[in-house]
Amino acid sequence: MDPAVSVHNLSKRFGERVAFQDLTFEVGHGEVFGFLGPNGAGKTTTVRTLGTLIAPSSGSATIAGIPLTPENGEEIRRRIAMMPESPGLYLRLSVIENLECFADLYEVPDPRSRIDRALGSVNLAGRANDACGSLSKGLRQRVALARALLSDPEVLFLDEPTSGLDPVAARDVHELIDELRKRGVTIFLTTHRLDEAERLCDRVAILNTTLRTIGRPDELRDQLFAKTLTIKTLVPLSDPDRVFAGLPAVNEWRQDGAGGYLVAVSDSSVATPAVTRALVTAGAEVLSIGESRHSLEDVYLELIDEEAGRR
Amino acid sequence: MSVSERRVRAIFRKELREYRRNGSIIATMAVIPLTFIILPLITVLRLPASGSRALLAGHPLAILLGIPAIVPAVLAAYSVVGERQQGTLEPVLTTPIPREEFLLGKALAALLPSLAIAYAVYGFFLVCVALFSQPSVASAVLQGPDVLAQVVLTPLLAAWSIWLGIGISARSSDTRVAQQLGTLASLPALAVTYLVALDVIQVTLGLAIALTLALLILDGLGWRIVSPMFDRERLMTGTR
Repeated sequence: MDPAVSVHNLSKRFGERVAFQDLTFEVGHGEVFGFLGPNGAGKTTTVRTLGTLIAPSSGSATIAGIPLTPENGEEIRRRIAMMPESPGLYLRLSVIENLECFADLYEVPDPRSRIDRALGSVNLAGRANDACGSLSKGLRQRVALARALLSDPEVLFLDEPTSGLDPVAARDVHELIDELRKRGVTIFLTTHRLDEAERLCDRVAILNTTLRTIGRPDELRDQLFAKTLTIKTLVPLSDPDRVFAGLPAVNEWRQDGAGGYLVAVSDSSVATPAVTRALVTAGAEVLSIGESRHSLEDVYLELIDEEAGRR
Repeated sequence: MSVSERRVRAIFRKELREYRRNGSIIATMAVIPLTFIILPLITVLRLPASGSRALLAGHPLAILLGIPAIVPAVLAAYSVVGERQQGTLEPVLTTPIPREEFLLGKALAALLPSLAIAYAVYGFFLVCVALFSQPSVASAVLQGPDVLAQVVLTPLLAAWSIWLGIGISARSSDTRVAQQLGTLASLPALAVTYLVALDVIQVTLGLAIALTLALLILDGLGWRIVSPMFDRERLMTGTR
């Protein structure tokens, strides 16, 4: 089966300025794909390019099975939906009037039931007749999501969907994305929020004009960081080297404060029991042993800092 | 190119709903025509019966053609850049609507209220003249060819003014600049109406027909000329 989005050496320049360069990746059907990067990395420009709002300077792409060309713009836009960072609602119009307008622009059949279903998906059925200008930012974001769902898109581009939302409103958006994933909608999610990407995305790409890395969050962690056991003892070990040296799956260790040790391991399921036995044998008074987990934020910062260091 | 009536209607209906709920648009549309009607109305109503001869020589009603030249220009100049500044343009551009349909919906939405206002003001002027001016003055003002010219030229001038305004709006990055330029662009048409009214340009039947045909052609071309000016990428990024 063809991927939902396929991008090959795609680049966009505005005169001398490079917005993004040589992007190559694929997004599978039903996948939630996170697109991360610092401000100015080219995330929004990439989304606009894939959404046919901007023409690429070079390279090729296929969206929902259709080659990205100027002639195919209308056909691609029929099969996708985009939610820009700003909801862009007509504030003098009611929620339902906004949705009616877009249902007609997508020429959806039976618009009434589509609108009801979209409003139901975002729990806004009770606010259908409210003017959009009277809604909170979180509710406006939900209306924008309902608008994006009207056409039953094959690929849904969400550009910073929780930007500026309070935690409760952001959680609602997360739940909706989870719902859409269950329905098999392919979601292309750009975000600054790494916790959001880690929680929602099957795979993430980190962009900083060029693609820095791509993969599942746990894969990226494993690629960049060694697995580490964090050990705390009541009294510092008298000879830690003798305790840790030669244990299976243990690569190296280092002191981390008084009574603290960080042990780099290749396989924690092998190393943890061996380290525990060695500590007990050495008579150590163990307070805790745990595997330290690097977050996606660590991965992100490592990659972006590494690049900043190279410049 | 086939046009989707449903998509054009969606833009048209949305625009009218926005106009209706925007007090400043309604106020602007109401005030501008008044500035065109007050002076001619006072002049005509105060004219003695002996003054009708002077009126017969000119075309005083032509001044009122300034209404369809100016009113829609303000609306049209806002149409694209206004949406862009509000952030409502991007979601529309992500839908399958082609630019030609989007602009047609916008143009029709600006045309309808402009025509309604122009004809309403014109009707009000005629009623006032018929009821309150000297009979000889009234018959001098209400000349059949002038009334016909007013009826025919009003939509043609309005359409021309709308395409100019939309073209300016599609290439502007600031609403105020677009509205100022839109008003400026409609001044030549306004000047012509005044020169006709003051009999500086002497209108013959041939000239009237030529003018009508020229406007018809310009209106037809307007859609085709303005559509390529609506560049999605430039509107999104401000480049190109």
